[in-house]
Amino acid sequence: MRTVSTDLIRDAVAELCIEANHFLSEDMREALQAAEESEVSPLGKRVLGQLQENLRIAGEEMIPICQDTGMAVVFAEIGQDVHLEGELLETAVNEGVRKGYTEGFLRKSVVGDPLERTNTGDNTPCVLHTRIVPGDHVRLTVAPKGFGSENMSRIFMLKPADGEEGVKEAVLQAVRDAGPNACPPMVVGVGIGGTFEKCALLAKQALLRPADSHAEDPRYRAMEEELLRRINQSGIGPGGLGGRVTAMTVHILTYPTHIAGLPVAVNICCHVHRHASKEQ
Amino acid sequence: MERKIRVPLSAEDARSLRAGDYVYLTGTVYTARDAAHKRMAEALSRGEELPVDPDGNVIYYMGPSPAREGRAIGSAGPTTASRMDRYAPQLLDLGLRGMIGKGKRSQAVKDAIVRNGAVYFAAVGGAGALLSHCIRSSEVVAYEDLGTEAIRRLEIEDFPVIVVADCEGNDLYLSAPAKYNEEK
Ligand code: SF4
Repeated sequence: MRTVSTDLIRDAVAELCIEANHFLSEDMREALQAAEESEVSPLGKRVLGQLQENLRIAGEEMIPICQDTGMAVVFAEIGQDVHLEGELLETAVNEGVRKGYTEGFLRKSVVGDPLERTNTGDNTPCVLHTRIVPGDHVRLTVAPKGFGSENMSRIFMLKPADGEEGVKEAVLQAVRDAGPNACPPMVVGVGIGGTFEKCALLAKQALLRPADSHAEDPRYRAMEEELLRRINQSGIGPGGLGGRVTAMTVHILTYPTHIAGLPVAVNICCHVHRHASKEQ
Repeated sequence: MERKIRVPLSAEDARSLRAGDYVYLTGTVYTARDAAHKRMAEALSRGEELPVDPDGNVIYYMGPSPAREGRAIGSAGPTTASRMDRYAPQLLDLGLRGMIGKGKRSQAVKDAIVRNGAVYFAAVGGAGALLSHCIRSSEVVAYEDLGTEAIRRLEIEDFPVIVVADCEGNDLYLSAPAKYNEEK
């Protein structure tokens, strides 16, 4: 049994909010660079060059990569042998978000009631996903999610008879509909199976896989590759202004499902694909 | 074609722009996004005046992140324009001459652009740090309580945008992807 203070968790969340909004992970930076090299459209190439210049300025001058610093999605993986000491975990995580967004000059984009719509002023609450895992550590991931791309995400409750073709068509449809709105080049997270909410969470978790990773199962790896190829045949291109790089990567995660169903969720993320992690 | 243009936009400049033109804007624009548009629409329905006269002006669909000390503004890239589609035709009919955002517009907005000789520009989405360098000053002029969604007056210099929808009814989001489409 190891004791972890929730004060440490609060401070870590605050740091991760600031880090994620100013620096992309190495794999994402490489993916953008590769995108610029392979893009054939002159305007598309120009946009991809600007995105890299934008990343440089963001990091050097501490200006958020994008003004939409997102709703904070926080994943907390808590070792089974951890004893949390202090505040309620959810309270500590939200305090971390408040601290990060306030002290880090990040935009406050959360409204308290979805219909009444008054800004909460500190970007809380976040969306917290917890999971109990083996071990005695706490691993935190903060993934601020912008809504230009979140709004273009979709869930399809397909029929078993729709099969693999139906899944591919659903993903392609979501990407086509997203077009320029989701700030391409995109990262596409796909969850297949489970229940209504499980496939949505899988799609979100799929986004967090490293950009250069593949599905373990060869069938899904082949599907990822085919989908990426077909998405990039759409011609949407960087900024939706025409070109060959519409998505940089497609990630699929799966889960067993019911005999009567084939749920598919497509969580679309823009090129400002932010996530930062820390272990405590 | 690359051009440098002053904002507010003259009627001739607006009419001369064509989808695909790469334009650097210099002058004054106003920001407004969802909540400010809702308030403006409510004001109009009550017969009140708008805090900013749309005539000849350009609205930038943008809600910035807070400025660090000594800076004019924080990160300041475009937001998705389609959420303002419900309000845009009315403002265009009141003389609004340009909009800067990102993403598709409805047919009703494109019709209003044609009808009024206006223009819709895209700025690169997700390049808010880069674009902030082209904003010299920022001042809240209305709806301060809306925070990032308040209406701001921005002085911009060589602010890079691309003409997406022009007064002839062209739409770059339809024509440009079609050129690179390789689906059978
Ligand atoms: S979709 Fe992404 S890049 Fe585009 S404005 Fe939103 S957060 Fe920024």
